[in-house]
Amino acid sequence: MSVYNKEYERWYKAKVLKNPIPEKGEFYTYSGIKVKTVYVPSDVKGKYFDSIGLPGEYPFTRGIHPTMYRSRLWTIREFSGLGDAFMTNKRLKYLIEHGETGLSIAFDYPTLLGIDSDDPLARGEIGKAGVAISTLEDMRTMLEGINLAEISTSMTINGPAAIIWGFYIVTAELNNISPLHLRGTIQNDILKEYMAQKSFIFPPEPSLKLVIDTFEYGAKYLPQWNPISISGYHIREAGATAVQELAFTLANGLTYVEEAVKRGLDVDDFAPRLSFFFDSSMDFLEEIAKFRAARRIWSKEMKRRFKPKKERSLWLRFHTQTSGASLTAQQPENNIIRTTIEALAAVLGGTQSLHTNSYDEAYGLPTEKAAMIALRTQEIIAYESNVINTVDPLGGSYYLEWLTDKMEEEVYKYFDMIENIGGVLEGIKKGFFQKEIAESAYRLQKEIEEDKRVLVGVNRYLVEEEPEIKILKIPEYVETRQIKRVKDYKKNRDMSKVESSLNRLRLKANEENLMPYIIEAIKSKATLGEIVNALKEVWGEYVEPIIV
Amino acid sequence: MSPEKRIKILIAKPGLDGHDRGAKVLARSLMEAGFDVIYTGIRQTPEKIVKTAIQEDVDVVGLSVLSGAHMYHFKEVIRLLKKYGAADKLVIGGGIIPEADKKKLEKIGVAAVFGPGTDIKEIVEFIKNRIKRN
Repeated sequence: MSVYNKEYERWYKAKVLKNPIPEKGEFYTYSGIKVKTVYVPSDVKGKYFDSIGLPGEYPFTRGIHPTMYRSRLWTIREFSGLGDAFMTNKRLKYLIEHGETGLSIAFDYPTLLGIDSDDPLARGEIGKAGVAISTLEDMRTMLEGINLAEISTSMTINGPAAIIWGFYIVTAELNNISPLHLRGTIQNDILKEYMAQKSFIFPPEPSLKLVIDTFEYGAKYLPQWNPISISGYHIREAGATAVQELAFTLANGLTYVEEAVKRGLDVDDFAPRLSFFFDSSMDFLEEIAKFRAARRIWSKEMKRRFKPKKERSLWLRFHTQTSGASLTAQQPENNIIRTTIEALAAVLGGTQSLHTNSYDEAYGLPTEKAAMIALRTQEIIAYESNVINTVDPLGGSYYLEWLTDKMEEEVYKYFDMIENIGGVLEGIKKGFFQKEIAESAYRLQKEIEEDKRVLVGVNRYLVEEEPEIKILKIPEYVETRQIKRVKDYKKNRDMSKVESSLNRLRLKANEENLMPYIIEAIKSKATLGEIVNALKEVWGEYVEPIIV
Repeated sequence: MSPEKRIKILIAKPGLDGHDRGAKVLARSLMEAGFDVIYTGIRQTPEKIVKTAIQEDVDVVGLSVLSGAHMYHFKEVIRLLKKYGAADKLVIGGGIIPEADKKKLEKIGVAAVFGPGTDIKEIVEFIKNRIKRN
């Protein structure tokens, strides 16, 4: 037994058990990992250089870059999108003017599902949860006056990601910007849609094919673009624990890499452009451990399974968003503090970019004031707190290192389970992930209702209040204006060109890389909905099993 | 109606919104509280929800929308319930719904709107108080 263990046990018996004020019971992280009174060096198992090492070196536990924020801050990237292309254009310019360094576009539900604004199914939903983009013209309007060669753009779009990306590429081309200079990300992570966010369109297999098409196309023509953002955020927000978020996200990531390699792509041609997206919620140290474990597991598994030659192929680069589900409708100003803690965890975890939520998000889309406070939160962490002075400042904390190991251990348990059920696609079809997530969500709700978990303002320290919160409302005319725009667009075009481009798309759907055909259809003025419908004719639509 | 018949609730997700965490947690909690619960799954049209409500002869229709499209979908459900002579069903709602909209919805016939952070016991009590069995 090491001297640390011996001393720990002596101390535990002499001090903790005899403490006049006993401990209040057992302590757990939000993922359910049991936590000791204190941690000592012997709790950290691996050898330093094998498991922790130095930043910028394998296994990248301490960060993917050697100097991290000492060289370059994370990208401040506030997710926004509202109403139609005109309104969003205005909001994007406002954010750029106030210090945002990358765009991040939220789309409305019809757009997320590949439905044109003039479709009856879009009624009541246009511009509500993000911007409505049905046509090339919508994309051009939204990006009007923004230099796409200068700024990077992240687009949260999945089912129809290839098409929205096509709109962006053609918009840049019309602005005389070469695809070589375009920087940004399409979320394009369809697997987690079946697990959590639920904006799937086609069945899993053809969807996966389309994703790999974008990897291949990006590697050839848009070398600075991330064709995917493998996302744990939505899995987490749907109720998963930090461990489940990490395990499912990494399993999805490895599935994409496997598929791409099966297609015959060289892992070093696309792996450096894979990006990730995680949640940061309220268990401060567990979140930091999660980010560190994520980098380590990814680099280990990439190395073991695919043997890349480029070091970059081992990097797990990620965006973080603070947790929307952790925000409360009660005493909404408290959410500013929650978001600050979560944002700090992301920075201490070594994130590459960050979105901080606005305090009013339990009520609706953020107002300008709330969006400004969210932005300032990041700037205060970046410029006032000095946490950026050294890389991975919490590395070496006995607890944090132990917890990082523990997260990794728990993730491998899930990897085994997923393998046993036949992989990620099988797991989706069998409802494995959906059940796991629903179970965690239910358990959390129970804990809150039984007062086992405290939520300030919700089950503790309640006040009588009538929230005087200003709400951003999308005016009714936006829907009418957008529908008219799409209808007008459809009137002014050569239908025979549209038809023939859509026909080629149908013919090639299962044969070739679809990106060039999608771009051709966009140039012939086919709309988002028309392209999606053409593909639905070939691939069908996905209907999920209902799991409560 | 026999006295031992349990209160039957339809939990529905109208529109395109995929945020089903709340709807599922609520559906399961209401089952545990002793109600008969049917959950529709996501992407339901108001028409389909109302038809299911009538076919299944439910007492309560619970609608969940987090995409901001609640005004349109809730109104449609209320309108169609009236149209098909089923206005007696208790309609409740939940989601990301601003205060001003809550009041408007209550005016057009939504019995109550429960926002984020609602204790599920409150919903259970509300339903039991409004639907008396004897």
